[in-house]
Amino acid sequence: MARLRIVTLGVVSLLLVACGPGGSTTAPSSPASAAPTQAASLAPVETVEPTQDACAPESLATTTAGTLTIGTDNPAFPPYFEGREGGNSQPWDPEWGDPTTGAGFESATAYAIAEQLGFTGDQVVWIQNGFNRSFAPGEKDFDFFINQVTFNPERAENADLSDGYYFGNQTVVVMEDSEFAGATTLTELQAAELGAQVGTTSFATIEDVIQTTQAAAVYNSTADAITAMRNDQIDGIVVDLPTADFITNVQVPRSVIVGQIGEAAGAQPEHFSLVLELDSPLTDCVNAAIAALAADGTLDALVNEWLPFSSVPELQP
Amino acid sequence: MIGSGPADSGSIPPVAIGRRSRILPAPEDRRGIVIAIVSTVVVFSVLGYAIVSSAGWPRVQQSFFDPETFDESLPRVTAAFWVNVQLFLLAEVLVLVLGLVLAVLRSLPGAALAPIRLLATAYVDLFRALPGILVVSMLGFGIPALDIEGVPNDEFFWALVALTLLYSAYVSEVYRAGIDSIHPSQAAAARSLGLSQLQAMRFVVLPQAVRRVVPPLLNDFIGLQKDTALVSVLGVVEVFRAAQIRQAATFNNTPYVITAVIFILLTIPMARLVDWLVRREQRRASAVAR
Repeated sequence: MARLRIVTLGVVSLLLVACGPGGSTTAPSSPASAAPTQAASLAPVETVEPTQDACAPESLATTTAGTLTIGTDNPAFPPYFEGREGGNSQPWDPEWGDPTTGAGFESATAYAIAEQLGFTGDQVVWIQNGFNRSFAPGEKDFDFFINQVTFNPERAENADLSDGYYFGNQTVVVMEDSEFAGATTLTELQAAELGAQVGTTSFATIEDVIQTTQAAAVYNSTADAITAMRNDQIDGIVVDLPTADFITNVQVPRSVIVGQIGEAAGAQPEHFSLVLELDSPLTDCVNAAIAALAADGTLDALVNEWLPFSSVPELQP
Repeated sequence: MIGSGPADSGSIPPVAIGRRSRILPAPEDRRGIVIAIVSTVVVFSVLGYAIVSSAGWPRVQQSFFDPETFDESLPRVTAAFWVNVQLFLLAEVLVLVLGLVLAVLRSLPGAALAPIRLLATAYVDLFRALPGILVVSMLGFGIPALDIEGVPNDEFFWALVALTLLYSAYVSEVYRAGIDSIHPSQAAAARSLGLSQLQAMRFVVLPQAVRRVVPPLLNDFIGLQKDTALVSVLGVVEVFRAAQIRQAATFNNTPYVITAVIFILLTIPMARLVDWLVRREQRRASAVAR
């Protein structure tokens, strides 16, 4: 038996060691590779005060010089990304949104930020990038990523998160014949079995804010959570307000928003952030662009144009 | 268990295939054993030093072996493993029964039973061809969507069904190999004693066949244990998903390492058991031959 134990331990430690180098190839690369780019980009302007010029397209150290590369998840969903009439461009899912149109809240916002930075529409390139991968540690293929990423401090440790371009809450969505459809308080919802996508703030809301008595059901994607709700496998799902609006109005007939979980329910106010590589030289410029768009009313106009929600009641504690 | 005891006393050392460890030299070879141990210690020390002293090691350690994340994740991850245990214990019983039925159906003689053999063959071909994640998703999300009266929509239930369908296809092939390995004279002899076709199968062929295929059956059991993680796609928080939730919350991979260790601790004793069973079978076979 002693021999067996030694062999077992040996194999376990070997396997653990085998895991190591795999992680090391990706993990440490980000600071190492980000530093030289940053230094190179700052070098010419080092003597000058970092003024507006530092954010001009020619001095911005973008992934591809002269181009702003923006990432989002595929499929990209309305109302953040609207489809293209006559068919979406490759590689965007033909059923849903095409970010290259400039139509839809996040597509329009991304182009507004690009314009504010000094890029024309032709200088913007979109690439697809998975949601959870966007804010995982490591080097990025995009200059910024826009896909309803809610700010949270843990995410901000591994990637730069911009200032908010949209402020909204989590909501609970159920089928209209559900016993929870009429709930007005979180207490009533505690008996429900709720689902969410793994790694999202929606999932954290179920555990930390609603504190359901049943464990949350956790899915690979929001689409899977919706399927489970339609199948009556769970009572409802938690998603952010614009997504809930799209689900209840377009995707899932006979589904309803129970309410939003805001400050009344003790939830932290939330905002969507762009994701950039950790310590990206672009972050300050992007934040300045967002501030300018907020100051001149562009962001409010975009929200009113693309996210005109009927007032959803706030759930009480 | 690795490396059996001293050879049978007195007699000429038999050619004992499979009786000894393939890792260490024969027990009589004292010098060989010493060399093996010294060389193992040296190689492992050098490897260990090379890894720990490499530039990336602190990051690897922080990312995969973080004590704080370990303490915080361990209870949640191990508690979730209970779901996997229930799933594979239930599935294994169903798989052993369904796999055997399929194998017997495929081995049935007689021209009139051709459609049965055809159906059983088609079943095995189908479920061996399909990826597990596809069958789990298709049944677990697909069947409840039909909203048929009386059909359960429980995700655990459908994961159990999916794993049973998949693994019974593999296991039936293992059984069939065992049945085919029993010499036809055995069945013929049983028939000549007046046993019916089914009785010959039940009392003569199967007892020998099943004993022969226990090691590959356990092999499939290990595969099944690992594939219980597929139930996570249906929203069930089992061990992998519990680890993923912690990983997504902390961006630290220690919860994944915990999950890996849990599966390893479960699988390695099983692998050693298979080795032991194989050696025992070989000993028995050679004993009969002598």
